[in-house]
Amino acid sequence: MSPAMASSSVPALGKDLVGLESLSQEEILMILDTAEPFKEISERRIKKVPVLRGKTIVNLFFEASTRTRVSFEFAEKRLSADTVNISATGSSVIKGETLVDTARNLEAMRIYMVVMRHGSSGAARFLADRIPSNVINAGDGRHEHPTQGLLDLLTIRDHCDRIQGLKVCLVGDILHSRVARSNIYGLLKLGAEVAVCAPQTLLPSAIGDLGVQVFKRVEEAIEWADVLNVLRLQLERMEEGYVPSLREYNRIWGVTARKLEFAPQDLLILHPGPMNRGVEIDSDVADGSHSVILNQVTNGVAVRMAVLYLLAGGQPDSAEAVKAETGS
Amino acid sequence: MSRKILLKSGRVVDPSQGLDEVLDLLLVGGIVASIGKDISAPEDADVMDCSGFIVSPGLIDVHVHLREPGEEHKETIATGVQAAVAGGYTAVCAMPNTDPPIDDPAAVGFVVAEGRKAQAARVYPVGCISVQRAGENLAPIGEMVDAGAVAITDDGNPVMNSGLMRLALEYAQAFDIPVADHPEDLGLSAGRHMNESIVSTRLGLAGKPNAAEEIHIVRDLLLAELTGGHIHLQHISTEFGVDAIRQAKARGVTVTAEASPHHLVLTEEAVEGYRTDAKMNPPLRTEKDVAAVRVGLSDGSLDVIATDHAPHHYDEKESAFEDAPNGLVGLETAVGIIMTDIVGEGVIDIATMIDRMSCGPARAFGLPGGTLSEGAVGDVTVIDPNLSWTVDPNTFRSKSRNTPFVGRELKGAPHRTIVAGRTVWTR
Repeated sequence: MSPAMASSSVPALGKDLVGLESLSQEEILMILDTAEPFKEISERRIKKVPVLRGKTIVNLFFEASTRTRVSFEFAEKRLSADTVNISATGSSVIKGETLVDTARNLEAMRIYMVVMRHGSSGAARFLADRIPSNVINAGDGRHEHPTQGLLDLLTIRDHCDRIQGLKVCLVGDILHSRVARSNIYGLLKLGAEVAVCAPQTLLPSAIGDLGVQVFKRVEEAIEWADVLNVLRLQLERMEEGYVPSLREYNRIWGVTARKLEFAPQDLLILHPGPMNRGVEIDSDVADGSHSVILNQVTNGVAVRMAVLYLLAGGQPDSAEAVKAETGS
Repeated sequence: MSRKILLKSGRVVDPSQGLDEVLDLLLVGGIVASIGKDISAPEDADVMDCSGFIVSPGLIDVHVHLREPGEEHKETIATGVQAAVAGGYTAVCAMPNTDPPIDDPAAVGFVVAEGRKAQAARVYPVGCISVQRAGENLAPIGEMVDAGAVAITDDGNPVMNSGLMRLALEYAQAFDIPVADHPEDLGLSAGRHMNESIVSTRLGLAGKPNAAEEIHIVRDLLLAELTGGHIHLQHISTEFGVDAIRQAKARGVTVTAEASPHHLVLTEEAVEGYRTDAKMNPPLRTEKDVAAVRVGLSDGSLDVIATDHAPHHYDEKESAFEDAPNGLVGLETAVGIIMTDIVGEGVIDIATMIDRMSCGPARAFGLPGGTLSEGAVGDVTVIDPNLSWTVDPNTFRSKSRNTPFVGRELKGAPHRTIVAGRTVWTR
C-alpha cells in the first residue's frame, strides 16, 4: 500500500458514491479539490500512479455508454487498478439474471469496487446496500449521475473561479435526466443559483420544490444565466410524444448561435454528451468560444480518479503526494 | 349433534343492531342461536370466557388476491384463507386477476370448491367484468353469479373503455351485484411507479398524479348515476376522490367504496430508499390525502376497510423499484394497524371500525354475516384489544412476506376466529 493510502484508515468519503443529494458541501469540495492534483497526471507521458495497485474494479454497465465507461476505465488504469468491464450485451444480465444475483456473484468474487450504470432509478443504492464493496453510481435511471455532476462543477469552477453566486441554467430534458438531478444538488450545495428551462412536458411536476427556478423560454434563460448546461434530448422522447418534432425542438428549445447573439462573451456552455448537433445544440455553439465541452471530458477523468482514490481510503491532503509516486 | 359455542361476558359490539355491551353469545349449528345476559351453557357447549375481549360479527375483506390459479408461488387459496382467519377474517372476496383469470363459471366454481376444501374463512369469488380481463367484451356475468360470484371486477386493471363500463353497470343490475372498479386512467399512469410529487422527482421515479385515479372515480360515479347501477370503488387514495364519492352519495348515487389500511396510515415517504414493500397501486400519497381518507372512513363516505392483500414472492420484491410488482400483504396486520393507528388515534371508535370491517363489507357486497342478530350465520371474531405485538412476517400464515409494516409495534389483535359456529383459528 502506498504511503498516501496508509496515512489513515478512516475513509474520507463513505463506502459508496450513490449521488450528490446525500453529500455535504464539504464532501463535494473535498472531491473537487482532490481532483486538482490528479489533473496533472493525465498530462504526463507515463500516466500512471500506483495508488490502486492490486485492487480489482468492475465496470458494470447495464446500459450502453462509451464516454462514461471509458472515462472511468482511464481513471482506474491511471491509478493502477485491475479493471474488468461487463456490459449488458453478452452478459448473463440479458439471460434474465436478477440484479440481486449479479450483486451476489460480484461479492463472491471479492471485487474491490463496482462502478455501475443501470436503467432503474435506485439501482446503485440497491447494490450498495447488498455488497461490502464500494459502489460508484455511473448513472441510475433518471435518478443521479454523481461523477457527471462533479465534473460539471469542476469545469465551472475552473472557468469562473467560483460556484457561489453563479447563475446556472440546465436546458433540456430535465424529466428523464440523472445529470440534471446531480447538477441541481451539487450546484445548490455550493451556493449557485439554479434554473431549469424546458418544455413543461420534460419537467418533473415538483421541480420548483427542489429550489430551482423555471424558465419557460430559452431566450429568458440565456439572458439570466452565467452558465448554460445543455442536456441531451434522447431521440425516443419525440416518438413518445414529449415534443412534437426535432425541428421544432431545435427552433424553440435549441441553443443556437442566433439565440446567443446578444449573450455576454463569458457565458459558459456545457453539455454532458453525447450531443445531438442540430437538436439541443448547434454545431457552431458546441464548437464555439462559449463551449467548454471538451474540458468537461478531460475533467471527467480527474474527478473519477479523485472519487476512486477517496473511496479507497485515500486522504484528500495526501493526494498531492500521490503524484510523486511512480508506477511500477 | 350440532356444534355449540358459548362466548361468555365479552364486549359485544355489533353496529348492525346498535349493540355495544357485555353480553353472552350462543352459537348453535352454525348460526347465532341467542344473544343476551347470563345465557346458561348447554351441556355440550364449548364455553369461552370473553371478559376483556371484543366480540364482533366476523370480519369480511372484500378485496384480497389469493393468486390461485396460476401464481401459487405467491399464495394459494388454502394459505390465503389461513392468513385470513389468523387476521380475524371470517370471509374474503377473491379477486379474479389470476392466471387464467376468473372469467367463466367453471373458474368461479374452482375458487368456490378450493375455498370449501380449505375449511377456514369463507371464500367468495369475484368474477371478471370482461373476458380475459381484456376490457373488450362482457364476461358471462349471470352464469358466474349462478356459480357463486358475488361481484365483478377487472381489478389490477381499470376498465378503460367507458362504454364497456356502462354496459357492465347496466347488465349487473339483474343480479344485484356490485361492479367493482380499480379506478386508474392508464394514459396518466402506465409505466409509472409511485405518487407524483417532490419525492418522485428526487428519487427519479416516474410518478402517477392523483388525477390518474380521480378521473376514473368521477367517470365511474357518472356512469353509476346514468345507469342506476351499483359501483364499488376500490382502494381510494386521494382527497378529491373521497370528496367526489361523498358528493355522489349525497346525490343518491349507488356507490360504495374502500379504504385500505396502508392508505390510512402511510405516506409516500415510506418509499424513501426505494423500498419495494412500499410500492403499491394506487401509490401511497401525501399527508393531505391520508387525512382525507381518514375523514372519508369516519363519515362513511368510504364504507369498508379492505386490505387489497397482494402477496408477492420475496425475490419479486427484491429488485430495483421500477421492476418490483405492486402490493403488500394485509390480512394478518389489518386489525392491529387499524386498532393502533386509526382507533388508537381517535379517527374512529371501535363500533365504527367493526362497521367498516364487517357490517359495511356485508352490505356492500350483499354477503351473509356482518351481524350477530339471532339466526344470522355464526361468523364471529373475538378481538383482544390490549394485546401488544410486533409485526414479524416470519410468523405469517400467508405464503408471502411483503409488508412495509415489518417491525411495527401494535396494540390490538384477533384472538379467535369462528366461521359457521366452528373455531377455525385461535391465538
